[in-house]
Amino acid sequence: MSTYDEAIKKYDPVLGLETHVELSTNSKMFCGCSTEFGAEPNTQTCPTCLGLPGSLPVANAIGIESTIRIGLALNCSIAAYSRFARKNYFYPDMPKDFQTSQYDEPLCSNGYLDVLVDTEDGTKPFRVEIERVHLEEDTGKLTHAGGTTGRIHGADYSLVDYNRAGIPLVEIVTKPVPDTGEYAPLVAKAYVTELRDLLRGLNVSDVRMEEGSLRCDVNLSLTPKGSKTWGTRTETKNVNSLRSVERAIKSEIERQSLELDKGNIIKQETRHFQEDTGTTRSGRSKEVAEEYRYFPEPDLVPIAPDKAWIEKLKKDLPEQPSIRRTRLAKEWNFTDLEMRDVATLGGVDLIADTIAQGTSPASARKWWAGELSGHASKAGVELIDLKITPTDIARIDALVNDGKLTDKLARQVIEAVLNSEGNPDEVIKKRNLSVVSDDSALIPAIEEAIAANPDAAAKIREGKVQVVGVIVGAVMKTTGGSADAAKVRELVLKTLGQ
Amino acid sequence: MSDLTKLSALELSSELTKGSVSAVEVTKAHLDRIDSLDKSVQSFLHVDKTGAIKQAEEVDKNRKENKKVSALAGVPLALKDVLTQQGVPTTCGSKILEGWIPPYDSTVVKKLKSAGIVILGKTNMDEFAMGSSTENSAYFPTKNPWDLTKIPGGSSGGSSAAVSAFFAPLAIGTDTGGSIRQPAAVTGIVGAKPSYGGVSRFGLVAFASSLDQAGPFARTVLDCAMLHEVMAGHDPLDSTSINQPVPDVVSAAKLQDVKGMKIGIIKELGGEGWQTGVLNRFNESVELLKSMGAQVKEISIPHSLYALATYYLIAPSEASSNLARFDGMRYGLRVDDGNFSAEEVMNKTREKGFGKEVKRRIMIGTYALSSGYYHAYYAQAQKVRALIAQDLTNAFKEVDVLISPTSPTTAWGLGERVNNPMAMYLADLATLPPSLAGIPAMSVPIGLADEDKLPVGLQIVAPFMNDDRMYRVGGAIEASLKTKWNGLLIDQAPALGGAK
Repeated sequence: MSTYDEAIKKYDPVLGLETHVELSTNSKMFCGCSTEFGAEPNTQTCPTCLGLPGSLPVANAIGIESTIRIGLALNCSIAAYSRFARKNYFYPDMPKDFQTSQYDEPLCSNGYLDVLVDTEDGTKPFRVEIERVHLEEDTGKLTHAGGTTGRIHGADYSLVDYNRAGIPLVEIVTKPVPDTGEYAPLVAKAYVTELRDLLRGLNVSDVRMEEGSLRCDVNLSLTPKGSKTWGTRTETKNVNSLRSVERAIKSEIERQSLELDKGNIIKQETRHFQEDTGTTRSGRSKEVAEEYRYFPEPDLVPIAPDKAWIEKLKKDLPEQPSIRRTRLAKEWNFTDLEMRDVATLGGVDLIADTIAQGTSPASARKWWAGELSGHASKAGVELIDLKITPTDIARIDALVNDGKLTDKLARQVIEAVLNSEGNPDEVIKKRNLSVVSDDSALIPAIEEAIAANPDAAAKIREGKVQVVGVIVGAVMKTTGGSADAAKVRELVLKTLGQ
Repeated sequence: MSDLTKLSALELSSELTKGSVSAVEVTKAHLDRIDSLDKSVQSFLHVDKTGAIKQAEEVDKNRKENKKVSALAGVPLALKDVLTQQGVPTTCGSKILEGWIPPYDSTVVKKLKSAGIVILGKTNMDEFAMGSSTENSAYFPTKNPWDLTKIPGGSSGGSSAAVSAFFAPLAIGTDTGGSIRQPAAVTGIVGAKPSYGGVSRFGLVAFASSLDQAGPFARTVLDCAMLHEVMAGHDPLDSTSINQPVPDVVSAAKLQDVKGMKIGIIKELGGEGWQTGVLNRFNESVELLKSMGAQVKEISIPHSLYALATYYLIAPSEASSNLARFDGMRYGLRVDDGNFSAEEVMNKTREKGFGKEVKRRIMIGTYALSSGYYHAYYAQAQKVRALIAQDLTNAFKEVDVLISPTSPTTAWGLGERVNNPMAMYLADLATLPPSLAGIPAMSVPIGLADEDKLPVGLQIVAPFMNDDRMYRVGGAIEASLKTKWNGLLIDQAPALGGAK
């Protein structure tokens, strides 16, 4: 029996997820600086987000609205009166040495998100309850140079980029999720996937895990079967992909169970997920409760959102992703499983956009979930991050349908587009990839194929036209797939007197 | 014009408008006086001669070209070193900010500049505005121009000394618990703390965010009102700024009439422990107000007894967080031997850069905000604060303004209270309740104490965003006393070192 199966037999995992979402507002949360990703370090800063003496924050109304919309989409109640609070701690990535956050008066609380998980007994629903959704500012980004650990301790020096400081960050905290048993890793993954799609549908964030606009901390504890008290939890950070969410939980269940089996206690600590090994390593110990000296931020006024406005935001929410998926699956004639695969890949919108440009649902799914998902997983990125658009795919698909490209050529075009060689038409022109349908170019290959398959040729001559595939296949093989199959068939039949 | 430095801002404004004197001449006259006399007063931390003359030249040019200029264009001003001015050092009286040149103007400075007011330099203060004597400056103590062995009040002691020494007719201070009113009182000039949110805090280096408020100093009530009008107004860069029209303080200051006004004497502020000379002058002012037709009665603000305790929990709590950013990472002092870890740099920089009183308050505030103590201290103090504000709101249902002596004593001797923080804190007894309630209050000179011949101030407190009411009362008292004294109280100040 595997370590994991053993662990699940003896212990019940209790999950908790804290997700940080960078909002895609144009300006930062408390100043007018740009939030554009990838600018030169410290160029998107001002006295306020640098925390210069005398500077003051002004709250970004869009940031507040986005947070409330997220709360509404997660079925939360919206506070009639909410305040920002200062979370005080010293660290060089914090310009003010306090983070403007929310403490006991968050904007949204008490919601839930339902997710579906495939089990041996079919699809099973799980409800993940949401404790709170609050708004805060991001910190600067530290880069530690020299040393061996890549951490601040032991580094020769550290560089800090405050471009990120002050970007609005929404923290979504679940309540502890019990009773997921062996499905704990899958429930966590399904939750983050569902949350990502929900946020994308709300158009409030890029939700790109690899760029850090969606970040996940995973809390986990184990309870011996039959026990009523939950175990000590660990908090695993650096979980930067959907796959990592699943792996991190699985690994932490295994690690904790082995510790408990040995009679050791679980230390309350922060752990870091390591992509290469798929395991977690110990970080900061949390034995001493952290002292953040929270107090209401006196430089900002309380938020008291108007009830009618909240109602309007609620009314204007987009369709929930799960409802939308059910509707689209029906429209597109996808099975539940096909749809869930597409959703996990983050491909629903891509496929919808491709279909909107004339591609059939089956073809759109074939390209994105079949062809491109392989490229994405090879590159270790998400589907949406591939350098190819639904427009490109719709064009390629149209060319295939018109016989201008074969499937094989289409794959070459996709590769070239992914390599930034241009759009499909440019690539075809540059690489000279169009299907060969010119008679003179095809005749020698056809003659060669007839000569190589005398039996088939004879049968065709006798009128058994259905055998033509053998010759056509041979021609396609010698032309490296670049021939127009319909044209080849026509020419073969003509050559053989049919 | 032989003595430009003796003129009020209003008088200077009228001479400048007439063209009988240029802004450069006015500026130079004040810079010269600073040059010859500030070595004994030590009111300035930084005199910006080049910048001031450049500003003055600009004003003269605009006047010559008949461009529209504001009433106070060309009038010099001293700026407390807690407000940022682009390109000019801002230290907050602390070693931890030594060498820091702000890259931006505070909103107050922006408004001063656009009004053509000439900023002569940055004035001394208690470090991060924590203190009542300016002795907590990390650089040097400022002296009271009335008696160079006495303190000029604090924390805006550099500004009060500069105005009372005739180095500038106007100055800007900040008031968190009395830091404009008490220095104004002990140097015999006028100082006002506007309603909280009346003047933008953008660019005011925070001590206690929920209490800090910048305000004007001047030698006359009308000058004070004119500067108040320039400074005040809504600022979208300060979320706590009030989006309402600025009360018409200038008209109120000119009114010189209190007939029919209802004035309340705060019962709890006075009596035992208060200097006799202070109480004598205060009682005379009450009589004066009555004689001018005001209805005066005693009124109780029961929770004002807890103002000191409340203030010394809330202000240090906010300060402990506001002052966290001074960690040697980005600007100002950095203590680093090249091998220190980030944590060591932070610790050692703060250890060396902050003075005793600042450390004391950071420690009190850190303690009061700690989990386990928060509810007993910070949260409790906020509740008492609400009660004090409630008391004052109730009082204003019965009276138009409230009055008390500004400070329990006149200026004390330099060094006298340095080792007794509690005695120092008591200087703010009367000024704290309005600060905690966020309501406007000002101090006007009402005479000299019998015992020591040092100035006494009257505090006038008005309801929120009714700043004009205190100017009305202040202007009336000033007018009446001016007749009695044949001039301003400050004109009775002994000449500094005999020099004129």
